[in-house]
Amino acid sequence: MARKEMMPGQKRFTAPAILGDVAILAWFVFSLFPIVWMVMLALKTPAEQTTTYFRFSPTLENFVTVLTARGTALTSVDFKAALVSSTINCLGAVVVSLVVGIPAAYAAGRWKFRGSDSLMFNLLSFRFAPELMVIVPLFVIYNGLGLFDTTFGMIWVLQLVTMPLVVWILRSYFEDLPEDLEQAALLDGYSRKRAFTMVALPLVRPGIAASALLAFIFAWNNYMFPLILTNSGSVTVAITKFLGGGGQAYYNLTAAAGVVGALPPLILALTIQRYLVQGLSFGAVKG
Amino acid sequence: MRSADDTVGGRQAPTVSPARRKWRPYILSIPATVILIGILYPFVQGVGYTFLNYRATEGDVHFIGLGNYLQVFTDPLFWGSVRITLTFAIVATALETVLGVIIALLLNRSSLIGKIFEKVLILPLMIAPVIAGVIWKLMFNPQFGILNHIFNLGSTFDFLSEGRALWSIIMVDAWIYTPFVAILVLAGVRSLPKEPFEASAVDGAGWFYMFRRLMLPMMWPYILVAVIFRFMDCLKVFDIVYVLTQGGPGHATSTLQVNAYINSIINFNYSGGATYMFILWIIVYLTAQQLVKLLGRAQARAAGSEA
Repeated sequence: MARKEMMPGQKRFTAPAILGDVAILAWFVFSLFPIVWMVMLALKTPAEQTTTYFRFSPTLENFVTVLTARGTALTSVDFKAALVSSTINCLGAVVVSLVVGIPAAYAAGRWKFRGSDSLMFNLLSFRFAPELMVIVPLFVIYNGLGLFDTTFGMIWVLQLVTMPLVVWILRSYFEDLPEDLEQAALLDGYSRKRAFTMVALPLVRPGIAASALLAFIFAWNNYMFPLILTNSGSVTVAITKFLGGGGQAYYNLTAAAGVVGALPPLILALTIQRYLVQGLSFGAVKG
Repeated sequence: MRSADDTVGGRQAPTVSPARRKWRPYILSIPATVILIGILYPFVQGVGYTFLNYRATEGDVHFIGLGNYLQVFTDPLFWGSVRITLTFAIVATALETVLGVIIALLLNRSSLIGKIFEKVLILPLMIAPVIAGVIWKLMFNPQFGILNHIFNLGSTFDFLSEGRALWSIIMVDAWIYTPFVAILVLAGVRSLPKEPFEASAVDGAGWFYMFRRLMLPMMWPYILVAVIFRFMDCLKVFDIVYVLTQGGPGHATSTLQVNAYINSIINFNYSGGATYMFILWIIVYLTAQQLVKLLGRAQARAAGSEA
């Protein structure tokens, strides 16, 4: 906002300003066209699915088909079941991460203790480690323990995605919280536990909400874990199945499933837009 | 700051023993540590696989020392995979960084268009990469795809042909992740102090001089954070590649993680896949170390230039 003085082409109607607007417009055409195209494809009738026209007779038929899996060749993809299990797995994963992660984040944000750095570093390294390094042995372990394609198994492995996010974001919130507030509560005779629940916790509520929603989004968008560790237990895996391996592909159904699968993350992302930068950078950049 | 318990300790809550206070952070971290170990255990086991001849079809699983590594390092497919992965990671990261910085600077001008578009900038970033891959796969289709139609390419032009697939995937990656760089850099630009720019404007400096000498050094830490995240993620790219080409045509887009997936999950060669992954993990780890060092230096320098 404050920067407009020194930016290239800051005056409203100069040539560079117009050039800048054209450039930004070009990016957004490129950026939004695929999404618009997916929505259009999802609204086309089966007969129109292979056409490239922009004029068509919109129908909600595809959404109904996708959600009820009525089509004869489509009974193998139970998208509704995938929606349900994705929701349960991701909610479960976020709840576990919050219950386990908030105390750890508070400990790491409040006190410098031996091992805190290595705990945090190890958590972060999961964010960057190639997932298969863990998933391949897990695949073998899960098959042995009967955890393959189970809710517990998915919630456990999704911690790889949700835990580092929750702990790292919340640690930076707890660090930013002035310690005087809790000290005042302690001097008033509150126990540390009550000072935490009555003073610290309510103040980091935005951070908890933001990290929980972001963790949910990333868990929802994850593809590799359910691909390997379940049969069809996620929205992301189910969508690719509409593309069909056996010759016939259902473009309109794929698009409809894509729209349904993309909606939850998009809605959640728009509600936490203010905290997105901090969340996406694990607290490295404050938004 | 961190030792408030000690300073207040004498006056407050005498019921809490010093020992208990000392152990509190550890007790609070126990649950997280348990989960951590639950994930570290398979990781260690995966490293163990690289020294075995572990396949689902192998009856006699035993220690074979560095056999897997010897096999991998003499396999032209592996080196092809390394080349493809590095090409992808370097080109995609560079492209996304340059475009992201440009977009951030353009959006920062607070024009009306910028204000409107800032809201929708993150849409591709929040859609699952798999769904993004699926959309683009539909658009890339030579017969029914919209792109061949719009650009009048005919039905023989294939975006996912052996020669073009890697570049098409880089474009899809840029479509998803350029907004990531843009919003990080934009947040950085907005947090910069105003005074140095006003001062040099008074001195009559042109915008390019200011950009080069003031803005870029101060923005550098933010750009580096974005580069670190992008480069690390690009090295282990899987989702969009697997959806768009499954590593093909031939081996044209078989990145390390796609290759490891095909090896271990499709062909049940657990040891082979794990070896690929452990080598990739070492590459990621060493690169991360260097980049983080670079970031520390850049932050120190930016702090200096602000003073």
